[in-house]
Amino acid sequence: MAVEVGPRDSGSSPSETPLADGAAGSPVSGGSATGRLSIEHMSAYYGAFCAIRDLNLEIVPQAVTAIIGPSGCGKSTFIRTINRMHELVPNARVEGSVRLDGEDVYGPEVDPVSLRRVIGMVFQRPNPFPTMSIYDNVVAGIRLGARRPRAELDAIVEGSLRRAALWEEVKDKLRQNATALSGGQQQRLCIARALAVEPEVLLMDEPASALDPIATLRIEELLGELRRLYTIVIVTHNMQQAARISDVTAFFTMDEGRAGYLVEVGPTRQMFTSPTEQLTEDYITGRFG
Amino acid sequence: MAVTLDQPLASSALPRLLTLRTDRRRTLLDRFMRGLTVAAMVVCIIPLVAVIAYVTINGLAAINLDLLTKPPKALGVGGGAAAAILGSLQMVSLATVMAVPAGILSSVYVSEFAGTRKAAGIRFAADVLAGVPSILVGIFTFTILVLPFQQYNAFAGSVALAIIMWPIVLRTTEEILALVPGTLREASLALGVQRWRTVLSIVVRTGFTGILTGVMLAVARAAGETAPLLFTALGSRLINVGDWQRPMDALPLFIYQNARQPYPVLNAQAWGAAFLLMLFVLVVNIAVRGRSMGRRTY
Repeated sequence: MAVEVGPRDSGSSPSETPLADGAAGSPVSGGSATGRLSIEHMSAYYGAFCAIRDLNLEIVPQAVTAIIGPSGCGKSTFIRTINRMHELVPNARVEGSVRLDGEDVYGPEVDPVSLRRVIGMVFQRPNPFPTMSIYDNVVAGIRLGARRPRAELDAIVEGSLRRAALWEEVKDKLRQNATALSGGQQQRLCIARALAVEPEVLLMDEPASALDPIATLRIEELLGELRRLYTIVIVTHNMQQAARISDVTAFFTMDEGRAGYLVEVGPTRQMFTSPTEQLTEDYITGRFG
Repeated sequence: MAVTLDQPLASSALPRLLTLRTDRRRTLLDRFMRGLTVAAMVVCIIPLVAVIAYVTINGLAAINLDLLTKPPKALGVGGGAAAAILGSLQMVSLATVMAVPAGILSSVYVSEFAGTRKAAGIRFAADVLAGVPSILVGIFTFTILVLPFQQYNAFAGSVALAIIMWPIVLRTTEEILALVPGTLREASLALGVQRWRTVLSIVVRTGFTGILTGVMLAVARAAGETAPLLFTALGSRLINVGDWQRPMDALPLFIYQNARQPYPVLNAQAWGAAFLLMLFVLVVNIAVRGRSMGRRTY
C-alpha cells in the first residue's frame, strides 16, 4: 500500500529530516528541545480494568505523532494520561511514569492544574463555552487563572486566532457568541483556546472526526502549520489522516484481556510502507480493526 | 421442497365488513378517551381561571393609593397595606439572601463533589424538607428563634421563609447543573483552570438562566407563604422598616387578618392585597417561563 506522506508544500523544513529522526527519538534539528515526552512502563486502569499495559514510548518534540489502532485499544486513555485528565475519572489510576523533558508529570510536587497549562488538549467534539463570546473563549484559560491587562489579552486573542487559522473569519465578530460558528470553526476556536495558554505539547483526541471533509482538511492544514511549533500527539481513527499529517505513527491494539498496548512505533512513511510487525500490516491494510 | 404455512388466524378469515365495524368501534373509543382527557383538563383549568378572575375583579376595585401607601389605621377602620407590602419585601429579600447562596452552593456540592451515595442522601433530605408542611417549619422556627427571646420577630419570619426556599433552590439548581455537559468541565480543566473556578465560571455560569428560574420560583413561593409567618413575624399594624427584632406584617398575613374582619372596607383591602400578591406570583412565573422558553440547548 503506497502512501503519500503528508502535504508538505508549506515547506519550512524538508519532511525527510523528522522522519529519519523520529525513530531514533532524537530532537528535531533546529527546534528547541522542549516538549519531549517519554512514557516508561506506563499502565492505566479504570478500577480493576487495565486499559493500557506497560507502555513505553518516546514522543518526538516539535513533530506530529499519530496514535492509531482499533476502537477500545486505549488511544484516548493514553493521551489523557499525559495531561492527567485520566485521573479525573473516579477510580482511575496510572502506574509507571510519564516524563516531560525529564520531569515526571506524576511526581508528588506536580500540580495537575499547572501541568495542563503546559500540555494543552483538543477534544473530539468542538466544545466552546456556550456562554462566552469568541474573544472570551480564546482567553478563557488565561482569564480564569489570573487577571491580565486588556491590551495583552487583545494581542493573545489575535495571535492565537491567527495561529489557529481562524482570525480572518472571525476578526469582525469577536464579541459574538461562539456557538454561532460552524462546527469546523468551533474546533479551530478550541485549538486557539488551547494555544492561548502557550502550551508546549498539544494533545488532540480525534479532533476532526466530528467534522465534514472540508473542515477536516482545514484542521489538517492547520496541523501542518503547527507541527514545528508544538509537540503534537493526535489520536485518529482515520489512517489516511495519520499518513497525511504525522511524522511518527504509533500503532496500538489490545490483547485478549482488552488491555491496550503498543505494537509498533516508527516514522509514518515506514509504518505505512514497510511495518515490522505483522499486526500493524494487517491493520493498515484493513484486514482487521 | 414444499413449504407449509401456518394456518391463517381466525380473525383474518373474518368478512371484511366485520373488520371495518371493529375499527369504527375503536375509533369511537379513541374519541371518547380523548374527550375524557380534554374534560379533565377543563375541570382543572376552571379553578385557576376562576381564582384569577375572581381575585382580579374584587381586587382591582380595592386598589387605590391609600392601599399602597398607608399602614392600617391605628384606631378604627381604614388605612392600607403599606406595612404588609414593605414587610413582605423585606422578609422575602432577607430569606432570599440566606437561602439562595446556601441552595446554590449545596447544589454545587451535590452535583460536583459529592459521591453518588452522598448526593442521593442530600437530595432525599431536600425532598423531605420540601415536603414538610410549612406550618411545621413555622413551629420549628418559633421554637428556636421566638421562644428564647419571648418576642415575635421579623428575623424568625425570614429564617422560616429561607427554610422553605432552600430545598427548592437546591433541587432546581442541581437539576440544571446536571444538564451542563461534562465536555465543558473537561474543556476548562484541560486549559489548566482550577476546579473551583471551573465550577463557578463554567458550570454555574452555563446553567445561570436555569438557576435564576429556580431562584425566582422559590421567591414566588416564599412570598405567598402564610403558615411559617403566623407565629414568627406575627404580623403588625405598624410599618416596620429594618427592625428585625420586632413583629412585621406581610401580605399573606394581612389577607388572613383582614378577610376575617366584619367590616367590608377591610375585606376589600384583603382582596386588594390578594390581587397584589397574585400579580407578583404570576409576573414572576411568566417571567421565568419567558426566560426558559426559546433558550438555546447546549
